[in-house]
Amino acid sequence: MTEALTQPVTQPVTQPLLRVRDVRKEFPTHGREVVRAVDGVSLEVRKGETLGLVGETGCGKSTLARCIAHLYDVTSGSVEFDGTELTGLSRRAMRPLRREIQMIFQDPYGSLNPRRRVGSIIGDPFAIHGISAGAERKRKVQDLMEVVGLNPEHYNRFPAEFSGGQRQRIGVARALALRPKLVICDEPVSALDVSIQAQIINLLADLQKEFDLTYVFISHDLSVVRHVSDRIAVMYLGKLVEVAPTEELFQQTRHPYTRALLSALPVADPDTADSREQIILAGDIPSATNPPQGCRFHTRCPKARATCAAAEPGLDPVLDDGPAHRTACFFPLTIGEDLSTAVPDLKAS
Amino acid sequence: MALLEVQDLRVSFDTPDGTVRAVRGLSFSVDRGQTLAVVGESGSGKSVATQTITGLTRGAQISGTAYFEGTDLISADAATLRRLRGAEIGMIFQDPLSSLHPHYRIGWQIVEMIQAHDHEISKRAARRRAADLLTLVGIPRAAERIDDYPHQFSGGMRQRVMIAMAMALDPALLIADEPTTALDVTVQAQVLNVMRRLQEEFGTAIILITHDLGVVAEMSDEVIVMYAGAMMERAPRRDIFYRNHHPYTQGLLASLPAQSGKRLTPIAGSPPSLINLPKGCPFAARCPHVFDRCRVETPPATDVQGDPRHQSACWLDHNVTEAVAS
Ligand SMILES: Nc1ncnc2c1ncn2[C@@H]1O[C@H](COP(=O)(O)OP(=O)(O)OP(=O)(O)O)[C@@H](O)[C@H]1O
Ligand SMILES: Nc1ncnc2c1ncn2[C@@H]1O[C@H](COP(=O)(O)OP(=O)(O)O)[C@@H](O)[C@H]1O
Ligand code: SF4
Ligand code: SF4
Ligand SMILES: [Mg+2]
Ligand SMILES: [Mg+2]
Repeated sequence: MTEALTQPVTQPVTQPLLRVRDVRKEFPTHGREVVRAVDGVSLEVRKGETLGLVGETGCGKSTLARCIAHLYDVTSGSVEFDGTELTGLSRRAMRPLRREIQMIFQDPYGSLNPRRRVGSIIGDPFAIHGISAGAERKRKVQDLMEVVGLNPEHYNRFPAEFSGGQRQRIGVARALALRPKLVICDEPVSALDVSIQAQIINLLADLQKEFDLTYVFISHDLSVVRHVSDRIAVMYLGKLVEVAPTEELFQQTRHPYTRALLSALPVADPDTADSREQIILAGDIPSATNPPQGCRFHTRCPKARATCAAAEPGLDPVLDDGPAHRTACFFPLTIGEDLSTAVPDLKAS
Repeated sequence: MALLEVQDLRVSFDTPDGTVRAVRGLSFSVDRGQTLAVVGESGSGKSVATQTITGLTRGAQISGTAYFEGTDLISADAATLRRLRGAEIGMIFQDPLSSLHPHYRIGWQIVEMIQAHDHEISKRAARRRAADLLTLVGIPRAAERIDDYPHQFSGGMRQRVMIAMAMALDPALLIADEPTTALDVTVQAQVLNVMRRLQEEFGTAIILITHDLGVVAEMSDEVIVMYAGAMMERAPRRDIFYRNHHPYTQGLLASLPAQSGKRLTPIAGSPPSLINLPKGCPFAARCPHVFDRCRVETPPATDVQGDPRHQSACWLDHNVTEAVAS
């Protein structure tokens, strides 16, 4: 309470639904080292918005998602959902909150038990939480099937009898069963062909409006994330490197890694493809067991200077950016700056 | 004469559920030094078609011809195909681990491959060649890493090793089946760049199989759009994006996420089963322009606006294309 008194009176217009503060998650390895999968991430998600989370394989997106959904215990830090601190909550205290945070996963094949009928898969959440049974549960499940665009008459079919897109709809129905507030979508369309991917993206958008959902949307595909997100957070090696409102991230890219990601994304437009700047990053992503000192991107960054290897930049507004746009970089890009000709020089500062 | 000329290729598999007609009358050609992109949803027959050409489909009924520098690959014997694979036709697959032997050092595998086709070359020369190739595809400190095992390489590096092996004998044709699908975008950009550079240097023709229209726009000279085992449209790159004719091509492009916010335009429904394909146009069940004839007769691929390089298998007027502002 004393903390509240000393805080400035600039209360945000809407309270964040989710507030993640300095979350770390480490995994033990065979040796004595640890994998620092998520290494000090702070972010907020407001009610009704979609926060996109992008980054390359192994950067910690799924681990962060699982920390938020309380599927993992965090190593340190805090996860506050709708005003309640989740870290350290007992199973029993967590139970009612579990209903409010749901996840949708990438693999529409792997995440459904092939030997169970679709009706009972979608009805699982009701069973687990002891809500409604028998004919009432069946009616609720069939309503859900209708909502996500599945034929309710297919209640007794097995997952194998559905296409990839339909299986993803099953996953969406199951996630929505208990009317969650927050839905974490972990690569929900990555395994789908584009024509089907578009169906699911539209479905998620409709459901968000209809049920007033808040999304954290994880993908490695920037064009998908750009389409669905209000704000985007870019992750690299366990840390956020840039967070900004969607269009600002694209128009006013500050972090060299964000720019490299954007430039690597193939564009389905020959004229743009022929004329745009191409930044080919050197090397591979370093190991999360032994991340580079200082700025983690300095081993691949075209702008790297000695400072970058010595100290770690914080995630703050840079140049003339407002508070909604934060970047972790000592030498942020100015608008129009050409990164493709930059050369790293770790001797100069 | 084209480097590779495929005529009326048909491939089917007998399965307990019935006959899967994976490729149904595919014709195309590839010129030297050019990149032909083959694009389509999963299951459309892209991999089966190219694997059949290189003699890698087993237990299938195959008909048609595929002339490569005067030899019909479809009727060629196993020894001829083995000689051509590697020496004349290099191949890269989606999953590099499945094509690299896990128990042998990278360098040893490349040397073996070079020596299998070049009986004159000494072990030392082959090894030097292997190191040069690894350098060429951007493996840092190649001379040291040549003695590493595949698992010591990252996914992107393994894919570059695969490219090095595929290019080892300077083939005239490189078939790359989803070479970057399993990779991150920054690594994909590196790998595509390597392919581009090698093509410039050696004049290699490339068949690039992908489902990513972005990769098509970046890499191709010509494009084939496949659906349900057949070619729907074929055209030079810019025509596919800016002056396309086939409703399926248009549907694919419209499905792509736009800049932001707006509702996407998916293609309704999902692809048909290749076991019991209905009569007529294979896309009829999902096509917004379908009319009576489409359900009765299968449209042949014919020239669009009188241009033999641009063909579409659709009954709609071939003098009208989707004019997309470019
Ligand atoms: N259970 C675990 N035990 C040990 N290490 C783990 C575990 N889960 C994840 N990691 C490691 O943590 C890091 C982050 O993994 P995570 O799955 O969160 O990445 P991601 O961003 O979701 O990647 P992708 O795009 O491939 O899904 C990686 O280095 C990974 O190998
Ligand atoms: N060995 C096989 N036996 C039976 N069906 C097969 C076999 N190989 C491929 N198919 C089928 O052939 C069709 C085309 O497959 P494929 O060429 O792999 O598609 P793509 O590469 O376009 O995703 C699919 O329906 C697939 O299931
Ligand atoms: S801090 Fe330095 S190394 Fe890190 S992104 Fe910025 S310029 Fe590059
Ligand atoms: S032939 Fe008919 S159904 Fe097929 S693509 Fe053309 S208009 Fe559509
Ligand atoms: Mg993940
Ligand atoms: Mg394939």
